[in-house]
Amino acid sequence: MPFRLTFTKRIEDVPRWYPFVISLGAIVISFVISGILLKLVGGEPLVVGKYFYTAAFGNWAVFSDTLVKATPLILVGLACTVAFKMKLWNIGAEGQFYAGAFAASLVVLIPIVPPDAPRFVTITLMAVMGMIGGAIYGFIPGYLRAKFEINEIITTLMLNYVAIFWNNFWIFNKWSDAGFQMTPTFPKSAWLPRLTDYARPYKTFMETGNPAITGFLKNIGLERISGMTLHLGVVFGLVMVVVVWWILERSRWGYEIKLIGDNPHAAHYAGLNIVRNIVLVMIVSGALAGLAGMSEITGVVHRLQERISPGYGFTGIIIAWLAKLNPFAVIPVAILFGGLILAGREIQPSGLAMLLQGFILFMIISSDVLLRYKLEFTRTRTSGETV
Amino acid sequence: MNLVTILHAGMATGTVLLFATIGEILTERSGILNLGVEGMMLLGAMAGFSASLATGNVWLGVLAAVLAGGALSLAHGLVTIHFQADQVVSGLALTFLGTGLALVFGEGLTGQNPPLLPDLTIPLLGQIPFIGPSFFADFNVLVYVGYLLIPATWYYIYKTRPGMHLRAIGEKPEAADTVGVNVYRLRYLYVFAGGCLAGLAGATITLGVSPGWYSAQTTSGQGWIAIGLVIFAQWDPVRAAVGSYLFGALRRGILDLQGPATLLGFVNPLYINSNWGFFLKMTPYLLTIIALILGARAAKKKRLGAPAALGVPYIRGERGL
Amino acid sequence: MTHAVEMHDIVVRFPGVLANDHVNFTLQKGEIHALLGENGAGKSTLMNVLAGLYKQTGGILRVHGKPVSFNSPKDAIAAGIGMVHQHFMLVPTQTVTENILLGLDDPKFFLNLSKYDQKILELQEQFGLRVPPTAKIWQLSVGEQQRVEILKTLYRGANILIMDEPTAVLAPQEIDDLMNTLRAMTEQGKSVIFISHKLHEVTQIADRVTVLRKGKVTAEGIDAAGLTPAKLAQLMVGREVVFSVKKSRREPGDVVLKVENVSAHNKKGVPALRGISLSVRSGEILGIAGVAGNGQSELAEVITGLRPCTGKITVNGVDIANRPPIIAINNGVAHIPEDRGKVGSAPNMSITENTIMKNYRHAPVGNGWSIDFLKARNFARKLKKKYDILAPNVRVPARKLSGGNLQKVILAREISAEPKMMVAVQPTRGLDVGAIESIQTLLLEQREAGAAILLISEELEELFTLSDRIAVIYEGEIMGVVSTEETDIQEIGLMMTGSRREPQPSANAQ
Repeated sequence: MPFRLTFTKRIEDVPRWYPFVISLGAIVISFVISGILLKLVGGEPLVVGKYFYTAAFGNWAVFSDTLVKATPLILVGLACTVAFKMKLWNIGAEGQFYAGAFAASLVVLIPIVPPDAPRFVTITLMAVMGMIGGAIYGFIPGYLRAKFEINEIITTLMLNYVAIFWNNFWIFNKWSDAGFQMTPTFPKSAWLPRLTDYARPYKTFMETGNPAITGFLKNIGLERISGMTLHLGVVFGLVMVVVVWWILERSRWGYEIKLIGDNPHAAHYAGLNIVRNIVLVMIVSGALAGLAGMSEITGVVHRLQERISPGYGFTGIIIAWLAKLNPFAVIPVAILFGGLILAGREIQPSGLAMLLQGFILFMIISSDVLLRYKLEFTRTRTSGETV
Repeated sequence: MNLVTILHAGMATGTVLLFATIGEILTERSGILNLGVEGMMLLGAMAGFSASLATGNVWLGVLAAVLAGGALSLAHGLVTIHFQADQVVSGLALTFLGTGLALVFGEGLTGQNPPLLPDLTIPLLGQIPFIGPSFFADFNVLVYVGYLLIPATWYYIYKTRPGMHLRAIGEKPEAADTVGVNVYRLRYLYVFAGGCLAGLAGATITLGVSPGWYSAQTTSGQGWIAIGLVIFAQWDPVRAAVGSYLFGALRRGILDLQGPATLLGFVNPLYINSNWGFFLKMTPYLLTIIALILGARAAKKKRLGAPAALGVPYIRGERGL
Repeated sequence: MTHAVEMHDIVVRFPGVLANDHVNFTLQKGEIHALLGENGAGKSTLMNVLAGLYKQTGGILRVHGKPVSFNSPKDAIAAGIGMVHQHFMLVPTQTVTENILLGLDDPKFFLNLSKYDQKILELQEQFGLRVPPTAKIWQLSVGEQQRVEILKTLYRGANILIMDEPTAVLAPQEIDDLMNTLRAMTEQGKSVIFISHKLHEVTQIADRVTVLRKGKVTAEGIDAAGLTPAKLAQLMVGREVVFSVKKSRREPGDVVLKVENVSAHNKKGVPALRGISLSVRSGEILGIAGVAGNGQSELAEVITGLRPCTGKITVNGVDIANRPPIIAINNGVAHIPEDRGKVGSAPNMSITENTIMKNYRHAPVGNGWSIDFLKARNFARKLKKKYDILAPNVRVPARKLSGGNLQKVILAREISAEPKMMVAVQPTRGLDVGAIESIQTLLLEQREAGAAILLISEELEELFTLSDRIAVIYEGEIMGVVSTEETDIQEIGLMMTGSRREPQPSANAQ
């Protein structure tokens, strides 16, 4: 090698903007590499890239769709954030998402409340059930880890598959809609309110023809909401961001989570109950993912069916990591990935979005080395190892 | 269904797990945890399938699979060995990357028919009643390669000089380093070896055991099962073989339960309502969890366990050495 | 006459530190040469250069008169240099023979261990270093492990042996054995470098002495004969050292800690404590002496609730045995753990977050379900000032603190809880003289304030300075408890190797 790569450990702290710029750079590089790969398989990276942008952020209508995709991602990203803070590798958010969706569906499928129950009651009950479903599904690997030291990475992952088969059984066997692989559509009382629902009263107002009213409504641009599918779930997401932030940064329990995550021996020494905390964190993490599942079926799909998630649970892992386990940073990152998933649906080849996610995560963790070390290229005569 | 068919199919399916598990054992023995087995396996499955299709030579397909898995693993090696990144996250990233790459490059492979691995019957052993048809007849060649790999790996790890070095760098890298063993280079080597074997496992699926390309369903989580089996096997290749074949056989045996109309004289509920089959499909994943619990118990009884330096980046010249 | 080793003008620079600043060092053939200095003076760095682990930034290295340049430990080994590290570089799961063969080109591929077991037995005969070749390292005692390390270098044909603090882990009698081995080796023409900070050992064994201070040489190869510990201390520290820590006379109060017939297993599941009984009174320091690994760590852990046990442990009458650590904390037990970094602190959390580890549950820091971080910071700032913790601010993560400052953070946290009972394990290990003084003074202040203190230490000097009574632990049993004033190093040393002291009514408080 004509060049030698040397690492020098940083002594001083890097400036505050530095990690941000490096993460941004990592994302850009991931896009470039994916573009090159796309070119290799005969695609048009620039066309695809432009399509990605217009399909996800081009106008308010598609941006609303992007936010719809971002909604479960925010919740799932938070689920991973909570667990990762304690260095608990919950990669079962996908399964907990399905478990939450399943449990929430029980409210209208069994049914627990009649179809004409007030929307508030149905929705609240479904949200609670969704969280309980996810929580139970998080509890299992949490308990196994805490009591028997069973590696949670593998158990949570295995349980993902189990959850999907479990859901399929009920969809196919018990609640199949006329033999299709889905349940009947939920009653309207189990639909989360969407922006477009408010377009109808708006139209009625417009039909009054009163120039004062129509003018005002036009001025604030309300006609745009017609057809917008953004639903109440996004509010769940934003509320949970604040809740999770408070837990992690302000509460006693958050301090305990971080202490266990940083040094479990010290936590034990300081009198913390680690077993209980592992189980609790997995329950909360599962509940957040379960709420994401509930929000998705009540806000978007309006029924339980196969493939309600294109891998949200896994994307949540990347989001949490990219947001550096900061609950507020989860929001913009989730929006970016929401756009990616939205646009990625119609793009061939189908693995491109996944590839891009993989690259981004790789670049992010590789770029962390720049925060700890200075890298220098120096010319050498003899071939030397890079150590 | 009879025992011979289940065993036969189990050995074939088990070979996939065997390659992946032994590969991961080598990697983890060197102190690096690579959770990207599923990604490497899928990429290998795709590369093997498409190379065999493109060249018309199945052996070039196998070679492509091995190299694809190995190449991908080197990304993990670079990030974890030199950049000291978190091995768990890097392994997850590798899963995404491998899956993404496999899906992108595997576009349009479904339904194609490349040359497949030839079947082989071992001359004398194959004729023994019961044993022959169960273990030594009509298997694709890689199954026999798997048979040879088990004692070879065992001997390599415990009875050879490089194997001794492998154990040392995973248990106490600084001890190996001070006597001139190149920890970094060896860790790359074994990460690469693990990747190659995961790639080989992938090719075993698409070119042998269940030919064809079914995108992400091709591996359907077997890479993760392999990681679970490493723990069940307590990092020992012989235990890994037992686990892999047992798993392969159980997997097949359980799926075969769906076939007959009666079981032990009773009406087979699975035959009447095939939806119950979803529970059967869960079993490999649930069994993996059970295997983990059993593995953890075994570890407590004997003095077994993970290599002491597993998951810990080795930083040479850190103060306080 | 050519020297075995000549190091001339050696400079080693680490990021932000000049570890060796133009150091000269010469080793003559057949001598034992002591390299002396405080922690962080650059001794280990200098020797790591000689062993090929670090590459010097500048300077010349000659071995037997020939200039050499080591790129890896392999080069150093080839030049006949062997190093026995302070923390043994042995693979615990492998056999003695495997550890000795590690990294060698012979055997080439197949191990064939039995053949090599034989060769190693022959080598053992030659130098009188007995240890079973087929035993796994984890089954051996610390002294035996050290023998494996020495055998490792001898097998490689080393004629220059570097020993990094070899006596730190040995009992006095084992130290004598080691000294005899070293003498035997020098008689057979080998040369030994002996790194130490124990002054009396140096004057006993070494032929010559080189002293380092803050990366610079303060005495180069001076004759050891006639040197006094006081003179050496001055060279090491750069000022006159008055061993000024003095404890006052004090009548102990009521019994605070009572340990009765306690047994426990260690990490490997092997019995580590076998029916221990002892008691500590208010205002009293009970020292626990013993060679490392005789149950000291486990004793501290059972008292603080970190390890399950059988038997009875009471603090002011409350039984705390076998209950979670929080019970001990709530009953006023403070704990200065053996491992500052791994147990006593959270490396990536700030000084503030490290100081509130034990009081975040209650007002003023804890506030219902939340933590008042403003009050937490003020609390940390107060401690930082009071205990003179050197750090730019309280947001600094613990991993950036020096050992002494980190220990002060831990002590500040534990003392601020006004403990009734304090368990201090190796509180001054690895600290420089200044820090040792202030930590010892803080412990004596706690004694004045009426706390009962259990001091576990491997430094006999420290035990004699601080303790009112000393209990000696050997293989998980108490060999005897003696009043500090009525005993001497010889008696303690004897008990440390397992000879039981006849119980004396006056000194035994059981």
